[in-house]
Amino acid sequence: MNARRRELFGLVLAGLIASVALASITLAQDAAISPDVVTWGALFLGLYVAAHIVVRRTVPFADGALLPLTAVLTGFGITTIYRLDADDGARQAVWIAVGVGVLVATLVWLRHDYRVLESYRYLFGIAAIGLLLLPSVPGLGREVNGARLWVDLGVVQFQPGELAKICLILFLAGYLREKRESLARGQLKDIGPLLAIWGAAMLVIVVTNDLGSALLNFGIFLAMLYVATGRAVFVAAGLALFVGGAAVLYNAIGHVQDRVTIWLQPWTDERVYCSLNGRLEFRQDCASYQLVKSLYSIANGGFGGTGLGEGTFVSPDGVQLIPYLRTDFIFSAIAQELGLIGAAAVLLVFMLFVVRGMRVALQADDGFSKLLAAGLTFGFALQTFIIVGGVLRVVPLTGITLPFVSYGGTSVVANFVLLALLLLVSNRASAPR
Amino acid sequence: MNRQIIRLTYVALLLVAALVVMTTYWQTWAAPGLAARQDNAIKRVAEFQIDRGLIFSFAPRQRLARNRQREVDGKTLFFRRYPYGPLAAHVVGYSTAARSRTGLERSLNDYLTASNANLSTALDRALDELRGKPIQGNDVVTNLDLDAQEVALAELGQNCGAVVALDPRDGRLLVMASSPSFDPNLVEADFGEISKITANCTPAAPLLNRASAGLYVPGSTFKVVTAAAALESKKYTPDSTFFDPGYCTVYGKQVNNFDTSRPYGTVSLRTALTYSVNSVFCNIGKELGAKRILDTAKKFGFYERPPLETPADERLASGLYRNGRLYYPARDTDVDAGRMAFGQERMLVTALQNAMVAGAIGNRGRLMEPHVVNRIVGPGGKVLEDTQPRLIRQAVSRTTADEVAEMMRLAVRQGTGTAAQISGYSIGGKTGTGETGVPGSNTTWFIAFAGEDEERPAEVAIAVVLQNQSGTGGSTAAPIARAVMQAILQGTENP
Repeated sequence: MNARRRELFGLVLAGLIASVALASITLAQDAAISPDVVTWGALFLGLYVAAHIVVRRTVPFADGALLPLTAVLTGFGITTIYRLDADDGARQAVWIAVGVGVLVATLVWLRHDYRVLESYRYLFGIAAIGLLLLPSVPGLGREVNGARLWVDLGVVQFQPGELAKICLILFLAGYLREKRESLARGQLKDIGPLLAIWGAAMLVIVVTNDLGSALLNFGIFLAMLYVATGRAVFVAAGLALFVGGAAVLYNAIGHVQDRVTIWLQPWTDERVYCSLNGRLEFRQDCASYQLVKSLYSIANGGFGGTGLGEGTFVSPDGVQLIPYLRTDFIFSAIAQELGLIGAAAVLLVFMLFVVRGMRVALQADDGFSKLLAAGLTFGFALQTFIIVGGVLRVVPLTGITLPFVSYGGTSVVANFVLLALLLLVSNRASAPR
Repeated sequence: MNRQIIRLTYVALLLVAALVVMTTYWQTWAAPGLAARQDNAIKRVAEFQIDRGLIFSFAPRQRLARNRQREVDGKTLFFRRYPYGPLAAHVVGYSTAARSRTGLERSLNDYLTASNANLSTALDRALDELRGKPIQGNDVVTNLDLDAQEVALAELGQNCGAVVALDPRDGRLLVMASSPSFDPNLVEADFGEISKITANCTPAAPLLNRASAGLYVPGSTFKVVTAAAALESKKYTPDSTFFDPGYCTVYGKQVNNFDTSRPYGTVSLRTALTYSVNSVFCNIGKELGAKRILDTAKKFGFYERPPLETPADERLASGLYRNGRLYYPARDTDVDAGRMAFGQERMLVTALQNAMVAGAIGNRGRLMEPHVVNRIVGPGGKVLEDTQPRLIRQAVSRTTADEVAEMMRLAVRQGTGTAAQISGYSIGGKTGTGETGVPGSNTTWFIAFAGEDEERPAEVAIAVVLQNQSGTGGSTAAPIARAVMQAILQGTENP
């Protein structure tokens, strides 16, 4: 069976999983399976089959697992979002459609040779910095939950951080491909730009209060630097710099301090000062409210979960028990309803995606392609780790999205761009010459 | 570059694998701990899908907590109703979605929601789940005597205070009333109504279970403990004589009797307890030292949370308090033993503890573990837990207990506690009036035990405490104790 047949088979399977999930949600909510399930399932499958047809035409030799794995993840995401709020589910469906559209457009646009992107590397570098700083422009940025991550253009709102990540990877792939030899020899004149990137990462934390995206972008940078040079010492030095810088910022910025305190001590036995209402409260009732509620949600799932549509997210009088459930905390919703089995399955899908993405990097035969695929895949894994790790109290919680699963247009579209680039690299690597 | 990419793959996979490990941790290892937390609103709301077990009084058998079904978003939810409202609100507590639980609703939540680790419960629960039926909780039968409880609450009236009555022979808690009380049905619907409750103390704090979490100056009721310590020391007998000048000198300062106008002159220990002569106990205290008295108090259960099935933080330990914390002196000289001996000097006691003291005296020195839960019954009628009487310890020797009991009987027959007499019953009691220095704000006490005759252990022990009184323990608390004991004794006679 060749890659494209496998892909189609995988997509049908993904469509079935999503449809069964949707059916069990309607069953739990209305004690009957809604006939709409068939329509929605068919639309979902149809959308991905359309993408599959374009993939056949544009990148026929690309990896056959990436698109189905994406379909499974978006399927998990959209059914969970639909279960929490039907209107948001419909909106997410539109975003997935837009995402597939962007995937198709990217594939068609770059089908001959995506490596033209390499020549725009500095443009991407500037774009990355610009996008990251955009939310802190007065009048444009909006502060949500203590961090400035959103840009409000009046008509549309978006999180430029997601796009910045891809621009950064494109820049680094081009830049490091060019400089890797001299960097590997450890010439001092090339250290300058690296320090500049470190400085930029710190600047991003300062102006946006966004520890998560700084960690993500800096992690991607170190990973790609390591792939390009093979010098672990760079990674060690980079990590030391980041930790040192973060420690300084920890003392200087209240928001960062709060996040770390919440992470280390979400529960207190005595009432501590609560900056939200100015009174003395238990920390679990105040600053760490979100994290703690999310942990309760996960714990309530247990081994087998409550079942789709059977989870507890709302109190009997309609009060939401867990904040940001559709975006930052979507993993806690999945973990409650599907239990350890389901949550582990979702994480397994992420792992499979990582394996396939890294395989593309291994197969690619030029430096730019290798760096690009490795960077994109590692970024995908690290982003998953930072948000789910935050929810699970492995790292301090920061507001970034779970790729393909969280509710949100920018995130979905950006990740489809990521997928398109991986497919393009894969196609070129596997194409017969 | 391939070597680096392979290594990076391992790192990436390790990161995601760490997430699987941590998910496992939270969903299996840490889950029970999180489920038990008070601020876990998700668990609390999820448990509304369970047909929660009922809570009953013992006699007459009435439902103190029952369920009302309501459909919300296609789910059948079970909301709590408390048919007797304020009557047993502090013992039963409440279970609401919006606020945390209290009372037995909290401490017995596992039984009431059928999540206790019992094989038959687990089996029932699994079957219910498979059939798609709501899970049925286990019912709780308490020891509460509802009629006596009603008398207690009515007698307390607008006073802030508490009544605890138990059967000293087996520890069954028959009455636990705290005033002012509140209607647990309003906790979710209209909490504002509860915060508007007033009584003759501020804050009225209707949610506080004064019976087990209200700490009060014991006043002369503590003389029972001092007398027991004195007799146990073998240095004194009930006939030991003292000279009462009307006051006692402690650290060069004069500590007066309650009534200084009439010094008793030469008195026996027996007479001193009957008429509550401060100076005698003050001198005993100075002679024995604080630690000796406190050690006897410990035998009666002081310095530990009295064991009861209600949540631990709704029960406080009695003893000396300093800066809001329980305090045990390292040396005798750290505490004014003279004042402590008659119940001052920062000694604080709960009504529950004082009822245990009276009970142990009436039960020949045997201190029984108090129990408010009689038994727990599964949905099929199977008894899961059947509370058995348990001896905490022999608090004092039988001789000491009988001698103190005799003195307490004298106090009711002819001393300060005559208001507690019930014809046909043998009653021993001790009054207490804790002076706060402000007129009209005395804390008054009466502790007692009662039985049909002196030859057998007492059938009931009681402690009544009232805040902000202008009268004495004998005039304010003793009549309440009498009414409640009468309700219990006559209830047991004609069931």
